[in-house]
Amino acid sequence: MQWETVIGLEIHTQLATRSKIFSGASTAYGADPNTQACIIDLGFPGVLPVLNESAVDMALKFGIAVNAEIAPRSIFARKNYFYPDLPKGYQISQFELPIVGKGSIGIDLEDGTHKVIGITRAHLEEDAGKSLHEDFHGMSGIDLNRTGTPLLEIVSEPDMRSIREAVAYARKIHQLVVYLGICDGNMQEGSFRVDANISIRPFGQEAFGTRTELKNINSFRFMERALNYELERQIDLIEGGDEVVQETRLYDADRDETRSMRSKEEANDYRYFPDPDLLPVEIGEERLQRARRGMPELPDQKRQRFESEYRLSAADALTLTLSRAMADYYEEVVASGGDAKTAANWVTVELAGALNKAGLDLTQSPVSPKQLGGLLQRIADNTISGKIAKQVFEAIWNGEGDADAVIEAKGLKQITDSGQIEKIIDEVIAANPKQVEQFKAGKDKLLGFFVGQVMKQTQGKANPGQVNKILMAKLKD
Amino acid sequence: MHSKTIAELGAAMQAGEFSSVELTRHFIERIERLNGDLNALITPTPDQALAEAEAADRVIRSGQAGPLTGIPLVQKDIFCTQGVKTSCGSRMLDSFISPYDATVVERLKQAGTVSLGKANMDEFAMGSSNETSYYGPVRNPWDQNRVPGGSSGGSAAAVAARIAVAGTGTDTGGSIRQPAALCGITGLKPTYGRVSRFGMIAFASSLDQAGPMTRSAEDAAMLLQAMAGFDSRDSTCADQPVPDYSATLNDSLRGLKIGLPREYFDAGLDSAVAASIDGAIGLYKQLGAEVVDISLPNTALAVPTYYVVAPAECSSNLSRFDGVRFGYRCEDPKDLEDLYKRSRGEGFGAEVKRRILIGTYALSAGYYDAYYLKAQKTRHLISDDFKRAFETVDVIMGPTTPTTAFALGEKTDDPVTMYLNDIYTIAANLAGLPGISIPVQPVNGLPVGLQIIGNYFTEGKLLNVAHRLQAETDWHLQTAEGFA
Repeated sequence: MQWETVIGLEIHTQLATRSKIFSGASTAYGADPNTQACIIDLGFPGVLPVLNESAVDMALKFGIAVNAEIAPRSIFARKNYFYPDLPKGYQISQFELPIVGKGSIGIDLEDGTHKVIGITRAHLEEDAGKSLHEDFHGMSGIDLNRTGTPLLEIVSEPDMRSIREAVAYARKIHQLVVYLGICDGNMQEGSFRVDANISIRPFGQEAFGTRTELKNINSFRFMERALNYELERQIDLIEGGDEVVQETRLYDADRDETRSMRSKEEANDYRYFPDPDLLPVEIGEERLQRARRGMPELPDQKRQRFESEYRLSAADALTLTLSRAMADYYEEVVASGGDAKTAANWVTVELAGALNKAGLDLTQSPVSPKQLGGLLQRIADNTISGKIAKQVFEAIWNGEGDADAVIEAKGLKQITDSGQIEKIIDEVIAANPKQVEQFKAGKDKLLGFFVGQVMKQTQGKANPGQVNKILMAKLKD
Repeated sequence: MHSKTIAELGAAMQAGEFSSVELTRHFIERIERLNGDLNALITPTPDQALAEAEAADRVIRSGQAGPLTGIPLVQKDIFCTQGVKTSCGSRMLDSFISPYDATVVERLKQAGTVSLGKANMDEFAMGSSNETSYYGPVRNPWDQNRVPGGSSGGSAAAVAARIAVAGTGTDTGGSIRQPAALCGITGLKPTYGRVSRFGMIAFASSLDQAGPMTRSAEDAAMLLQAMAGFDSRDSTCADQPVPDYSATLNDSLRGLKIGLPREYFDAGLDSAVAASIDGAIGLYKQLGAEVVDISLPNTALAVPTYYVVAPAECSSNLSRFDGVRFGYRCEDPKDLEDLYKRSRGEGFGAEVKRRILIGTYALSAGYYDAYYLKAQKTRHLISDDFKRAFETVDVIMGPTTPTTAFALGEKTDDPVTMYLNDIYTIAANLAGLPGISIPVQPVNGLPVGLQIIGNYFTEGKLLNVAHRLQAETDWHLQTAEGFA
């Protein structure tokens, strides 16, 4: 039997507001437990929530970016359940009327296919605290610092038909929210959390199979692994004559497996109802216009502009716009005098390679975009060759100064004086009569040998174009 | 000293006749002497009161005194008071010392008032007789075998017994007006959103509203002046200017249109109480008011609507009392579920549990549409009744309660009969309208309350209408035997 995979994702993005969604406490990550929870976060008797408008603005940015319907009036609701890390006994969320309605986003797969994934909705809610089950001698520790951190839960349609599509979609959303500046995207710290609904059905069948929901996925790698495991598990079940049970399953990265957390029967009745402590969120035309004006260039727009403005290949444009940081870096290199095409190569190959090797992030690059632009300028004006440029780059990386300073200090300026090059070539030819004879007999490959000898004599500084031209002329005499 | 109005006390203190400390000592002495039987206070705070009175005296001496500087009052124990036990009448919060002041408490402190203590109340404000309090029932000063009403029964009894000049109350379905009526004092429930709910322990968030409980409309105007106004910490608090309530107290009532809803004078109304209300309305006619019969056709829906909406909200509001962070925690919990079940089972009283169960049921999957959603619709119908009525009348009048104070224990076994005691007050909460109860001709020595309901944000008009009657009569000045 050929099985078709059906996947839908629910992504919780922590919004990058300074304070919490309903209180003034800080949202900074990593503070000592329970030091960033005020009486409102702690759900003390008598306290009331007040909506942080910047969380609303961030939700609007996302909605606009995915061409979604923005609700002119959305409602906060209470989701009621008991848990020690949920201080009020309910989570303030949105249920029937979310702020962001139906929208969509395009994904590009490695094989070049483009697909549009539907977004069902995105709603604002508050995060819960954390329960810590280790190191407390049979008890649980509660850290409420995270309580009340604003979340935008982005729910997709079950539109993905492979794990590759699911990963591409999740990456795309990740890229988008980071671009928009509404989420720091840090998956390790839980700023971007993915829950995946997966089911299988025979190819050609319209009805969906029974789905399971996978939780606790905190990297794209784990997401792929968890989905792979779950896909295999479901196929094995069905092919073995069993049925898939609708349930929530937890992904255990250490064992690389999913295991049952709770079944549908055990699911809570959350008793949602509109929160009487909060007014409806009214989004007028004026506010929407303001949000539209404040939108940054989106990844897809940027990619298209890179292709047309810098005449880059689709692949280069895609790579350079994967992150806003890289796109900004690239544009600054070009602005500092680098040729657009050469700059694309240097940023995506040389710089990316060096950063990768050093385990650094682009924002930590020892070479500034201005410095790289300066270096590329010296290639363009023939001061140095591309090969020498790599040497100069290394020196800049090591903090030895800008390109010009390094070229000057190390005497790397290219030799372009034809007389000087001719003289060296004459010496090389004189010193290697055997090879000259073989070359003349038709062994063309030996040209490289002669070029190498010339470069050796000049420590690579001779202009390669001139060397080739003069060598050919002399050898064919 | 204890029978003077706020204005008289303020003038006397500023003239140096007595100090706030002397006045406060006088009330502390009365509390020590009289509260034992009444049980109007859960936590008297004499030390705090004297410290505040000393501060008030300094302000008075410096010539900076406001109208409430140095005035001793009691706070209903539903308001969070920093450093002082805030029990909400429940075992659940018997050990709870609030780390912060409610906005109402903060504002009254800023106005220079002196807090004598925390007033008794029905547990979590759920009750109409003050009998659901973990700290025992409050007795009605007019007849100590009778209830003072509830849930703000402690504040009402304290003011009626003259052991405080004034009190704060909260009203979710009549909890200010009904005890004011049964204790013979003046109680005002403002428009929903007029007074901040921040720091007021929530019962039903869309209905709860704080207000003053005083001996007269004149005093109520002064207290409300300090309590009302926008608070950025409460999203449902109205960002509307607060008018000068005292300035309009004496406005003429000539041409005032009073609507009498025929549904408020039905078979359930005690005939002696009805006669008392009629008498008061006759006086309003003499003052130049015009009286018209009106209909609020959905009145019968008010009680059933309320008993879905209020429990639904309370079932969620009271979830935070789980024994984890504050309040009551059971001994030696076996596991998390045991902790929840026993902490809540032992910490809450019967009436609170009853309402949590009703509310949980009403919000449950499969019942939500039939109960909660339907109640929202009937709530709209009730609001619309008032909207139509206020197109033709200025105020609506009727009885606050169907009877005078009932006996302690009389209705405790029959929740529905108890709930029906709020039949005339609940609709104003559902519609968010302001209402005031003022004492009129007593029946058999027991107080009777006249309820006046106004349009949104017409507290000034209600106080004016109430004050004009009080200027012509002395019912509000009468004091129960033994408390004069």
